[in-house]
Amino acid sequence: MSFQPVKFYQTGTFTVGNRLLAPDERSVQAGQQRSNAINSGHRACQGCGEALGARYAIDAAMAASGGKLIAANATGCLEVFSTPYPESSWQLPWIHSLFGNAAAVATGIAAALKVKGKQDVRVVAQGGDGGTTDIGFGCLSGMFERNDDVLYICYDNQGYMNTGVQRSSATPPAARTATTMPLGPEPGNVFGQGKNVPEIAMAHGIPYVATATVADLRDLEYKVNKAMSLHGARYLHVFVPCPLGWGTASHDTIRMARLAKETGMFPVFEAEQGEVTSVLKIRHRLPVEEYLKPQRRFAHLFGKNAHPEIIERLQAIADRNIRKYGLLDEEGK
Amino acid sequence: MLKQTEGSHAVAEAVALCRPEVICAYPISPQTHIVEALGQMVKSGELTPCEFINVESEFAAMSVAIGSSAAGARTYTATASQGLLFMAEAVYNASGLGLPIVMTVANRAIGAPINIWNDHSDSLSQRDSGWMQLFAETNQEAVDLHIQAFRLAEELSMPIMVCMDGFILTHAFERIDIPEPAQVDVYLPAFEPRQMLDPAEPVSIGAMVGPEAFMEVRYLAHAKQMQALELIPQYAGEFKQVFGRDSGGLVRPYRIEDADTVIIAMGSVLGTIKDVVDEMRAEGHKIGVLGIISYRPFPLQAVRAALANCKRFLVLEKSLAVGMGGILATDVRMAVTGSGLKGFTAIAGLGGRPIPKASLHPLFCRAEQEDLPPVTFVDLDEAAVNKQLERERLNRRSGPIAENILHDKGVISAKFG
Amino acid sequence: MEKPFAITLKPGSSLTNLTGTWRTSRPEYLDRLPPCNNACPAGENIQGWLFHAESGDYEQAWRALVENNPLPAVMGRVCYHPCESACNRSQLDEAVGINSVERFLGDEAIKRGWKFDAPATSTGKKILVVGAGPSGLSAAYHLARMGHRVEIHEAGPLAGGMMRFGIPKYRLPREVLDAEVQRILDMGVVLKLNTKIENIEASLRDGGFDAAFLAVGAHIGKRTYIPAGDATKIVDAVSVLRSMENEDKPMLGRRVVVYGGGNTAVDVARTVKRMGGEPIIVYRRTRDKAPAHDFEIEEALQEGVMIKWLSTIKQAGEGEIMVEKMALDEAGYPQPTGEFETLAADSVVLALGQDVDLSLLEGVAGLEVKNGVVQVGTNMMTGHPGIFAGGDMVPSERTVTVAVGHGKKAARHIDAWLRGETYAPPPKHELAEFGKLNTWYYSDAHKTVRPMLDILRRKTSFDEVQGGLDESNALFEARRCLSCGNCFECDNCYGVCPDNAVIKLGPGKRFQFNYDYCKGCGLCVAECPCGAIKMVAEDI
Repeated sequence: MSFQPVKFYQTGTFTVGNRLLAPDERSVQAGQQRSNAINSGHRACQGCGEALGARYAIDAAMAASGGKLIAANATGCLEVFSTPYPESSWQLPWIHSLFGNAAAVATGIAAALKVKGKQDVRVVAQGGDGGTTDIGFGCLSGMFERNDDVLYICYDNQGYMNTGVQRSSATPPAARTATTMPLGPEPGNVFGQGKNVPEIAMAHGIPYVATATVADLRDLEYKVNKAMSLHGARYLHVFVPCPLGWGTASHDTIRMARLAKETGMFPVFEAEQGEVTSVLKIRHRLPVEEYLKPQRRFAHLFGKNAHPEIIERLQAIADRNIRKYGLLDEEGK
Repeated sequence: MLKQTEGSHAVAEAVALCRPEVICAYPISPQTHIVEALGQMVKSGELTPCEFINVESEFAAMSVAIGSSAAGARTYTATASQGLLFMAEAVYNASGLGLPIVMTVANRAIGAPINIWNDHSDSLSQRDSGWMQLFAETNQEAVDLHIQAFRLAEELSMPIMVCMDGFILTHAFERIDIPEPAQVDVYLPAFEPRQMLDPAEPVSIGAMVGPEAFMEVRYLAHAKQMQALELIPQYAGEFKQVFGRDSGGLVRPYRIEDADTVIIAMGSVLGTIKDVVDEMRAEGHKIGVLGIISYRPFPLQAVRAALANCKRFLVLEKSLAVGMGGILATDVRMAVTGSGLKGFTAIAGLGGRPIPKASLHPLFCRAEQEDLPPVTFVDLDEAAVNKQLERERLNRRSGPIAENILHDKGVISAKFG
Repeated sequence: MEKPFAITLKPGSSLTNLTGTWRTSRPEYLDRLPPCNNACPAGENIQGWLFHAESGDYEQAWRALVENNPLPAVMGRVCYHPCESACNRSQLDEAVGINSVERFLGDEAIKRGWKFDAPATSTGKKILVVGAGPSGLSAAYHLARMGHRVEIHEAGPLAGGMMRFGIPKYRLPREVLDAEVQRILDMGVVLKLNTKIENIEASLRDGGFDAAFLAVGAHIGKRTYIPAGDATKIVDAVSVLRSMENEDKPMLGRRVVVYGGGNTAVDVARTVKRMGGEPIIVYRRTRDKAPAHDFEIEEALQEGVMIKWLSTIKQAGEGEIMVEKMALDEAGYPQPTGEFETLAADSVVLALGQDVDLSLLEGVAGLEVKNGVVQVGTNMMTGHPGIFAGGDMVPSERTVTVAVGHGKKAARHIDAWLRGETYAPPPKHELAEFGKLNTWYYSDAHKTVRPMLDILRRKTSFDEVQGGLDESNALFEARRCLSCGNCFECDNCYGVCPDNAVIKLGPGKRFQFNYDYCKGCGLCVAECPCGAIKMVAEDI
């Protein structure tokens, strides 16, 4: 029989914590002293992937910066549920300006810190996919191009959920949204080319670009850490399922992220200076149906008036990701 | 130090003397020379420490300014016209968040038709944005107002636009007294933010505020501008003590004491107006001038007081509230409500149309005679306008207005006739 | 800093917004019963001791183990580990090698000289245990821990019962057995060897005992009638195995026919092989019908034991026997075919099952004996008050593990009975079946294979066939445990809660929900690897 090297502690690196690991090897989230950057009492929906992803990412960045961190936030769910007057959930200096300018606001903060000689204080900008891939894209690109010292984190839930689930340029093909209803011969969102912001970020040649999901905390924390160890423009694209917008059970948020990665629908990788340096391999490859079926936004592809041809096209997208990024290991599983 | 220099350059020097820490720049005429000059100063190390950021749009310029100001840096930018409109959302945001950003607006018309020349449509379009707006009459005043603007903005933690007429001021070379750095340092204290992003004392800036508190937030912005009505004359007075000259304030009366007729205006056109008024005074007319420096806050009391003894006034403005008439005029009429004063509005100089003395003299005489319609369009080519209106009456597909007018006026007839 | 009105807020102030009011169902922590524990006849808390072994705290693991079973080194060798058959991990890759870790811990305890804690209290009660086999030793151990004085009366010359006289050395080295027995005696348990109880009531009375636990093993080999000449040597398997412990080894000749298909038959055949003989097992049915464990048959075949399936002995003569071939009928029963065959045989060993010598019970009022075993209630008490029984004596599967379990169970009931009470076992937790787990979180890791003795030495010596795990292997194996149904502090619930509504109480203290903020999304339940949280509907 072939032995795996004794690399793991019962649950390997998959669980949040592990009592058997040395303290310095534990995740930030496992710590009793984690900053809980976004505190209890926020008004995110039950099982919100974005609330979770934001805490994962910002807590990690807080840990990496020794608590010296400032965040700029785009308009969107994250902003609305965290800071309705008179209460804020944020535990770090935080500013919300507009929907489309988080990257630029962060640039301004970074400039102020630089001129004041406070470069030990680090800056993150964050927004949803709408605030990143659509309305905030100009500012984001400008921030990249100038290589401003900002880590931009996009929490991608594939649509405008705050306004009632409309399509964004991150909405996947065939998905139902309030503006791409499952009607007519091509139900749901169009099969466009999509707007792959991680790749566009890489095209800017910035120091670091990575994708991650809320299903793999250790990977996400590694990437935040890596990003925080560098200066200049950095981009982290975190996949955060939305129970409300996707029509999934609130307890399935992490499972959906896991399935997106395991089917190849969402490739998880990192890139430095525009070149992919590592990918997170698929552990147990699954057909896209496994990912699509639990989501009501894809319900029109199944059942009585099923659209197997559309599922095939979605599978082709997953297959292409798998091929392009090399998401399977040598054994091809 | 006295200097023969370009208005833009003088303003850049004045801004530099205020030691801004972050400057965001995006090119748009006629503001470009200001940020170009500042860019040079930063690049050469003359202005340090300062971050000069070439942004990708005016929207980003104001957004970067919001970030840097919120992080406690003295922040400056400049824009004009379309640029101001493109950043409009962030303009409102900066004031809503109470960030003391100073921005030069090199006033310019708004298209379409696209037009790079001076009028006041751009900054007046942001009348209700919550920004204070100070209008410079001369380049000297533009220089001085910038220094006062930083102090006022930072005291109130509210943003200010310093408005100067595009090209007419920005590109004019004249003799300007550039203040000494030591004087500016005496006048302008270091920036001490009322709130800032600081890990030592975290706050959440930019909350979502619902009906329960939104009105109060807006009222507080209003209250701050009301405070500015006190501070603007005070700071102008202190400015005089330090720099030895009158500059700024809310309004500037000229030969108004015994005037029956008062001409009211903002910006560089006041120079022409004063020349005409001097001529008319020499002819025995009882006429004076009231320059408005502070457009926002609008000094209702000061205007009312200045007009207390006259019989009539004429507001001459480089802006048009389409479908209504004057913008500034509306405010002035508000100031004299109930006084029974006769008031007239003259729209002049839109899109850079020259406002010659020859046009003003008869206009003022007619005002004196109270022989004017409520709104007068100075030097309007009525024939061209009427021709176009007629054309539109007759022909559904009457073509593009601007080109028709140019054709009628013979400007491009040779090319397209 | 003075904050501008409304637009600027105090950090973390959302704590005033108690989102727990949104909840329609709440998560609750619970311990579910791991299938291994559920399957263990000795009632071991397997997941519980593996938990300590995972962290390398072997002494703590051993102490947790011996809470229920005082013979881990023995059990780690001879137990047929039903726990592993039940292990959820077998649905993922392979079952956790629980038995091998148990052995490792048992051996480690012997090596390190770990002792049982002395009983804290003394009850003043005195209990007679009859038989020093696994059941008797187990009962004695548990009773001693409870503070009772225990005396074991053993008919044989050595302690261990069937562990010594029924299990060959190559499966259970005697020094291991001796060490674990001695550790029990070190608690103050009195062992009287060569002391056969003739009449239990008299013994109780004479010894001033308050109660008795009878744990006599099944040492009498069952016989069957085989027509045989005088010269034919026919012996029973138990005698053969027992005599292996004596100076005088059995004289069986070279060609030995072992008759039967159980583990004892295999043990005898493998013993014969080691003594230089040529054993042939004759069994009337097929391999898959044989009661012996298949791995034991496999090991026997590897060692060169011959097996004739579907055969019965019809007659035994001098130097040979006659067997009849059998065929299975439709119901699976063997039927004679009338085909005969002759096999060379110097002796025949009958391995057809064992009986218990119940002579000590003669005349005891209230006792009921049926099918050669004593009937007992659920409290292990016979029909005679104060006399309890377990192990081979009572209706049950006859394994060391079952016997050890009986000992523990009886001890608890005896203890309660002495106080005039009834022992009520705590209610069983609901079972942690595979579907309750989220196995994504467990690393892929295959079972560690224990080393096997070289085949040549297996055929020629009584050295132990199966080796143990070394420390790193044992640790690896322990860490393969999924901790089914029991929190192992992986921090997943604490991490995955989007509302920070899980409070981490610190190492060993597990977690607590903060219901002020828990919105009831259920992510903690879905992402708990081991199924230690469940959703419960709120009363609304």
